[in-house]
Amino acid sequence: MENMVKLKIDGVEVQVEKGKTILDAARSMNIHIPTLCHHEDLCVAGNCRVCVVEQVGTRNLVASCATPAADGMEIRTNSLKVRNARKHIIELLLSEHNADCTKCYKNGNCELQALASELKNTEHMFLDLVERKTFTVDMYSPSIIKDDSRCIRCQRCVRTCEELQHVSALGVAHKGDRMKISTFFDRPMFEVVCTNCGQCVNRCPTGALIERNYIDEVWDAIYNEDKFVVVQTAPATRVALGEALDLPPGEIVTGKMVAALRRLGFNAVLDTDWSADLTIMEEGTELLTRLKKALVDKDPNVALPMTTSCSPGWIKFIEHTFPEMLPNVSTCKSPQQMFGAVAKTYYANKVGVDPAKMVVVSIMPCTAKKFEADRPEMRSSGYKDVDLVLTTRELGIMIRQAGLDFNSLPDEDYDSVLGQSSGAAVIFGATGGVMEAALRTAYEIVTGREVPFEGLNITPVRGMEGVREASMEIKDTLPEWKFLEGVELRTVVAHGLTNAKQVMQWVKEGKKSYHFIEIMACPGGCLGGGGQPIPTNAEIRAKRAEAIYREDAGKAIRKSHENPEIIAIYKEFLGEPLSHKSHELLHTHYVERNRY
Amino acid sequence: MSEIETLVKELADKHGRKRESLIPILQGVVEKERYLSDEAMTEIARELDIAAAQVYGTATFYSFLDTVPRGKYVIRVCKTISCSMKNGNEVIKAISDILKIQVGETTPDKKFTLLEANCLGWCHKGPAMLINDTPYTELTPQKVREIIAEYNRK
Repeated sequence: MENMVKLKIDGVEVQVEKGKTILDAARSMNIHIPTLCHHEDLCVAGNCRVCVVEQVGTRNLVASCATPAADGMEIRTNSLKVRNARKHIIELLLSEHNADCTKCYKNGNCELQALASELKNTEHMFLDLVERKTFTVDMYSPSIIKDDSRCIRCQRCVRTCEELQHVSALGVAHKGDRMKISTFFDRPMFEVVCTNCGQCVNRCPTGALIERNYIDEVWDAIYNEDKFVVVQTAPATRVALGEALDLPPGEIVTGKMVAALRRLGFNAVLDTDWSADLTIMEEGTELLTRLKKALVDKDPNVALPMTTSCSPGWIKFIEHTFPEMLPNVSTCKSPQQMFGAVAKTYYANKVGVDPAKMVVVSIMPCTAKKFEADRPEMRSSGYKDVDLVLTTRELGIMIRQAGLDFNSLPDEDYDSVLGQSSGAAVIFGATGGVMEAALRTAYEIVTGREVPFEGLNITPVRGMEGVREASMEIKDTLPEWKFLEGVELRTVVAHGLTNAKQVMQWVKEGKKSYHFIEIMACPGGCLGGGGQPIPTNAEIRAKRAEAIYREDAGKAIRKSHENPEIIAIYKEFLGEPLSHKSHELLHTHYVERNRY
Repeated sequence: MSEIETLVKELADKHGRKRESLIPILQGVVEKERYLSDEAMTEIARELDIAAAQVYGTATFYSFLDTVPRGKYVIRVCKTISCSMKNGNEVIKAISDILKIQVGETTPDKKFTLLEANCLGWCHKGPAMLINDTPYTELTPQKVREIIAEYNRK
């Protein structure tokens, strides 16, 4: 019991591990202490003071999130002193907050609003300062809107950007009453090193950082009878959308989501999982080709290790941070963009729709996908390949707007073609998933046998560890892959840009050598994406991951190369992976961006 | 290498490239350049391998680390209560009249910038002001006129 401390909270004795905070102790006994700046994923800040409690025998109130529980402590969470202080703190925050809630995107999903609603303060205690401040709104980014008038300076975004992503596009600038969350020289978000990952958006307790939403544009497209509106859904959306519609985390809602999209009025409901399978065909082949060039042709120009390219946050990060390593990034477009390029060519032709009249909408767990779709490189169909990108949250809003009772919808199937997918595609949504999917296919191409893991579950690459290395010896290859005989394929998986930076630093300095690197910008991979329902934390990410692997296990087809619709597109249209046509539609290039 | 790149490199060689080297480097740049341009801050970020927003955040926190161009002589008049009660406002008004600039502005010849400062610690000898690093105390409009005339002759 050495590691335990015993204290009393609201008269009830409680034991917690040493190092736990008063807040942790209170939560363990289901006592609710309100918080704003506190977030499970981030370091303790203690700067909003909403969580203050009374420690008997101490004159000042203490911030429960920042104070370790200690033996013999006596804590009051609901004394008069605490209640009055909390009231004042919230009122003071509100006096500088643009509380025009009915015109706020976060209306109904705002932590400050929820606290105010709990307090039921109907009188103005303090002078309203909003009018006197010169707040600005940055609406230039295609992904993220930053509205300083709604900011309470809790700095969750600053900590997110620094700790989880090692980007620090956002920092704290100025001081006192002029203190604000700012980019470098207060430049618009799209001009600075921001990767558009949206992790800050996911953690912002108010409406200060929100995704740029395209809900009305999508409705307009749906209502426009001249348009043929196609929707694609990313792997990670199907295990999280339920949370935006009152279901518990970890529910698989694929079928209901399809039904909902159909009822919203989309002309075709298709799947990014399909193009995830396509990505594996291209990226797996690209990896094997690079290995061949390096091992057989001894080509000094071939860049190894190869990294994945599905995560647009990661792409923008490497463009800013390690531009000299851009040749190492797979040239494959992300599944979203492969889908768009194929939809407005192969698919349009197949269903007899003029691609000029086609609108491709995608539902993504991601805010960076909005930026990705806007990149000038992403017009290989002759049109903007993906027209509009919505986050999982925005789809949740649309479903509510349409008056659908999500939970009572039947399970429906995706339309064909571009609707069928394998389990390998579903796991793209979890960190390690692209690696596992690629190995399932590449190993089989090389050896003619399935990967030597029970149930095709390559467990060494799974999990939530920030950096996970795994290696695999290739034995008994098919004759044409003889050069890989006995090669130990070294892989590493990293998620969260802080981990990504670490791995790339190792590679750059020659400290580690790998063949294949999977990187996802967001913690947990896409399932923890910046566009996923709020809140997202470690516990919720674990539940979504568990759901993703459950969905994979339940799929009839588990390997990308066995997806009949993938086999068909190569036969009818693309020829083979890395063909001329593939290069035209499915591959891209990257640009060097400013480091600072 | 541009002038600013050389300066930042020299300062980093002198003060180190750790997080705690940031403020001395910023001060060094201000001393030489009179303010921190975005180019200078970007260069510092690169040299220390930290985010530019963090350099900007630190610079904007400190009143003496200017982020806008300043004149050769920066006049900071104390605006706090002790000086104010001893007619500090008259001092500001006098400087404003002589230089034909408002608080926050710089003369067109880039010689003087007029700013207000929080307590300079000369409450017992107010009103007080700083010109660059030199304090002047027990000011009157007449005294201010003489001091500025002296700087004008420099």
